[in-house]
Amino acid sequence: MSTWWRHQGQALASALRRVARTPLATLLSILVIGVTLALPAALYLILTNLTGLASRLNVEPQISLFLSLDASDTEVQALQAQLQANPAIARVQFVPRDEALAEMKRVSGLADIVQTLDKNPLPHAFVVRAKLGSPEILEQLRGQFATLPKVDSVTVESAWARRLASFNAAGEKLVGLLSVILGIALLIVIGNTIRLQVLTQREEIEVGRLIGATDAFIRRPYLYFGALQGLVGGLLALGLGLAGIVWLTGSLSEIIALYAPDFRPQPWQLEAALLVTGGATLLGWLGAYASVSLYLAQIKPR
Amino acid sequence: MIQLSGITKRYSNGFEALKEVSLEVDDGEFVIVTGHSGAGKSTLLKLIAGIELPSAGSVVVGGQSLRRLSPQAMALLRRNIGLVFQDHKLLFERSVFENVALPLAISGFSHKDAAKRVRAALNKVGLLNREKANPIQLSGGEQQRLCIARAIVNRPAILIADEPTGNLDSEYARTIMDMFKSFNQVGVTVLLSTHDERWVERYQPRKLTLVHGKLDHAGNEPVKPG
Repeated sequence: MSTWWRHQGQALASALRRVARTPLATLLSILVIGVTLALPAALYLILTNLTGLASRLNVEPQISLFLSLDASDTEVQALQAQLQANPAIARVQFVPRDEALAEMKRVSGLADIVQTLDKNPLPHAFVVRAKLGSPEILEQLRGQFATLPKVDSVTVESAWARRLASFNAAGEKLVGLLSVILGIALLIVIGNTIRLQVLTQREEIEVGRLIGATDAFIRRPYLYFGALQGLVGGLLALGLGLAGIVWLTGSLSEIIALYAPDFRPQPWQLEAALLVTGGATLLGWLGAYASVSLYLAQIKPR
Repeated sequence: MIQLSGITKRYSNGFEALKEVSLEVDDGEFVIVTGHSGAGKSTLLKLIAGIELPSAGSVVVGGQSLRRLSPQAMALLRRNIGLVFQDHKLLFERSVFENVALPLAISGFSHKDAAKRVRAALNKVGLLNREKANPIQLSGGEQQRLCIARAIVNRPAILIADEPTGNLDSEYARTIMDMFKSFNQVGVTVLLSTHDERWVERYQPRKLTLVHGKLDHAGNEPVKPG
């Protein structure tokens, strides 16, 4: 075995001995790392699931045109012909007002109230699907439809989906920002833990230097110690994030059953799990490196 | 070979521990540095070991100027110098065996090879039966011998000891000094400091006398056998 590998083995063994010697302090440190990382990790997982949920909902760009109550059959037919001739439109579906009322009775549970109405308050409607679904085109079509004769109002029904997408994009930025801020906090936490270790091992470091230890040799066990803490803390954050999404899904089960009954919460994707644990391990390593290097510069053999 | 040229060491409080000291020590020499308390003995040895840097002048050990050495190169050089400290500098969280094994771990020895060397070194200083003990359980003399075992386990070319018999009774002190002489007899360059002139008479080393930070050239001739 080469000296390099032997030194790595020694450093890892030394780090594990350090864990065994200070189990409570190590556990507390790991809990701090895990809980701190759990926040951005859980947010990331929620966003991933929201994206998945949104993809299962009807997000095909759809525009509804509600006509005036006094629109005649001839006017409706003329309007339908005009819409079908529009090259930007893929499909036009006419929803007669009687059909809309029947559907309202069936779905809304308001059958009793509807029965009491002396006349149908719903207008005829057209449901139009555009060929292209960019927000600009949909907005343009909406404006165009609003000027058509006998069109009372126009709604773009993918607006909420776009809002959800915007919310997701903002959420992703928030996760990124939180990750950076909490990452810096973790660097400080880990650095401080290692600093305390270095101070208690000051004698050993001094003796090591006197008998020929390089700074790399002295630093190495602390690096492994920091990385181990980060790794276990990262795994804890994964667990907490997963527990969070399972809890949230349970709480929102009724809403999910209503809008996306085939939706199942997604656990961690491999890449994301590697990113969280790898990031936490790297943070542990970096925190230890900065802390030990800083103190090695101050500790000089007498 | 060790060469000191025009060495002055001034501490941050302004105290000049050494003034214009120049000397050479050949490989395999047995050198005892004597002098009153505060004469600069410990400083001289620290400069040779690279623990301190001179304020002026140069220290060359094994052809390498210590001032120009990188931290990495200095660490490698120190592996070739065995250091015995007056306060032992033992690690009380580690066993006797682990204390002696530390320089070998630093040098990258396998556990098997290290164990052989550690036991040989402990055997040499008479502590083989205490390898599992904690250093705190050892007497002052045993701790000093443990420190020597740690210094010799890497088979260094140079052995430096600062007041190695300072805290020991006469019997223990003689045992320790005999060990240094025996290491010298197998070719190790030995430099040690003491204020006890008995050892100069007993071992007839090359004697260097420091007086207020300066070499007393009158007292630096090798002592002739009586």
